Amino acid sequence: MTWTRKDLLGLEDLSKDELELILATTDSFKEVSTREIKKVPALRGKTVVNLFYEPSTRTRVSFEVAAKRLSADVINISAGESSVRKGETLIDTGRNIEALKADIIVIRHNASGAATMLARQVQVSVVNAGDGWHEHPTQALLDIFTLKEKLGQIQGLNVSIVGDIAHSRVARSNIWGLTKLGARVTVCAPEILIPPGIEQFGVSVTHDIDEALRNADAVNVLRMQFERDEGGAFPGELEYFKNFGITKERLAKAKKNILIMHPGPINRGIEMSSEVADCPNSVILEQVTNGIAVRMAVLFLVAQARDKNHETIN
Amino acid sequence: MKEKAKLLDREGLNRSLMRIAHEIVEKNKGTQGLCLVGIRNRGAYLAKRLADCIEKIEQERIAVGILDITLYRDDLTLIASQPVVHKTEINFDITDKNIVLVDDVLYTGRTVRAALDALIDLGRPKSIQLAVLVDRGHRELPVRADFVGKNVPTAQNETVEVRLAEVDGKDEVVIIEK
Repeated sequence: MTWTRKDLLGLEDLSKDELELILATTDSFKEVSTREIKKVPALRGKTVVNLFYEPSTRTRVSFEVAAKRLSADVINISAGESSVRKGETLIDTGRNIEALKADIIVIRHNASGAATMLARQVQVSVVNAGDGWHEHPTQALLDIFTLKEKLGQIQGLNVSIVGDIAHSRVARSNIWGLTKLGARVTVCAPEILIPPGIEQFGVSVTHDIDEALRNADAVNVLRMQFERDEGGAFPGELEYFKNFGITKERLAKAKKNILIMHPGPINRGIEMSSEVADCPNSVILEQVTNGIAVRMAVLFLVAQARDKNHETIN
Repeated sequence: MKEKAKLLDREGLNRSLMRIAHEIVEKNKGTQGLCLVGIRNRGAYLAKRLADCIEKIEQERIAVGILDITLYRDDLTLIASQPVVHKTEINFDITDKNIVLVDDVLYTGRTVRAALDALIDLGRPKSIQLAVLVDRGHRELPVRADFVGKNVPTAQNETVEVRLAEVDGKDEVVIIEK
């Protein structure tokens, strides 16, 4: 199996083999971060541009750490401080970055499809770090890697995703990745936060948190994005916690070794209680550590594929 | 692609390894502070076998590590097939150790260069020595081996293939003409 894509835009397009190649490569990269000198020269002389149109700390920092551990040079552009404010289009910004001879653009954008559109217009590699409600592939990959590391394999696992499924790119990427690798996925949320027709993606739907927890090997708890609530249709914070929050009492009825995951940042007392966030079943901080290895693997694979494609063109 | 000659059979390969093991122990005056690090893929198996030989000689088990040099290569974009990145597995501190780097074939010296960089990123060994099963010449870098199983003059259009039971089902070393 070789990786031939210059971009990573989402998990929807990837084959099972490609997903497994990323996971295997991630496993190898994890060791680098345990060394005293946490750096390898694999991307020496390459430039990675983090182009962020939406506020993000953890994803941007994770990509930055990953790129630096591969010896790449990293430039961070956040839309608020750049010529985007002066009206430059995304494509023009991308082409300007390309003219700087950058090698990889890591893009976060509030419009679904932004990464794909950019990737079609530039020769440099594009890595999607979250586009609107569409996909957030590296987050799902790190979730899946953590599951695989903890539970051995994805095939046959019961994974529940709880929270704002409708507005969540994390949920969508997880659903694509997990179902391709043979997991059974259940989504759980108030009716208003479940997109109609989601069953077509091969997932089960429930509005009962106890049912979502009952047979789950892992529960991935999404952040309630109250800032996205435009019409006032969201439940209140307390109401949400009462009906969907993960508590010790609810966990008592679940599998003893159920893994608790969260992409962060956690709203303690809304999605889960503090006790749950800090309990031994919680792998939330391991997800953060694994995120670096996943992003190192992705940056390495796309950079190599692009070099190869370049050669065939020349 | 045709097999031109067989350089070593199973017995020959084992004798070479046993002699190298003796030489390693002799040069290092025993096994104190001695570790073996094999370069993936076949160097890793050879390192383990050398450790078995040394154990027979000295009744002492020495530490063996595995080095993956993919991330340190200078030809990542040139090689035909994309290499799969594997794990480096060195579960001991290499600082102040005498490390014997083990590989199957010494050719241009570029793999060894990469391995030296990779090792030094992991610590500061007291010394690094090099053991190879076959030295086929054509060096492009100033590298030489301390322990050699067999010196074989080769042409550039030939390759030396080391086959090991662990991966290839049998032990032998052959020259292949392209």
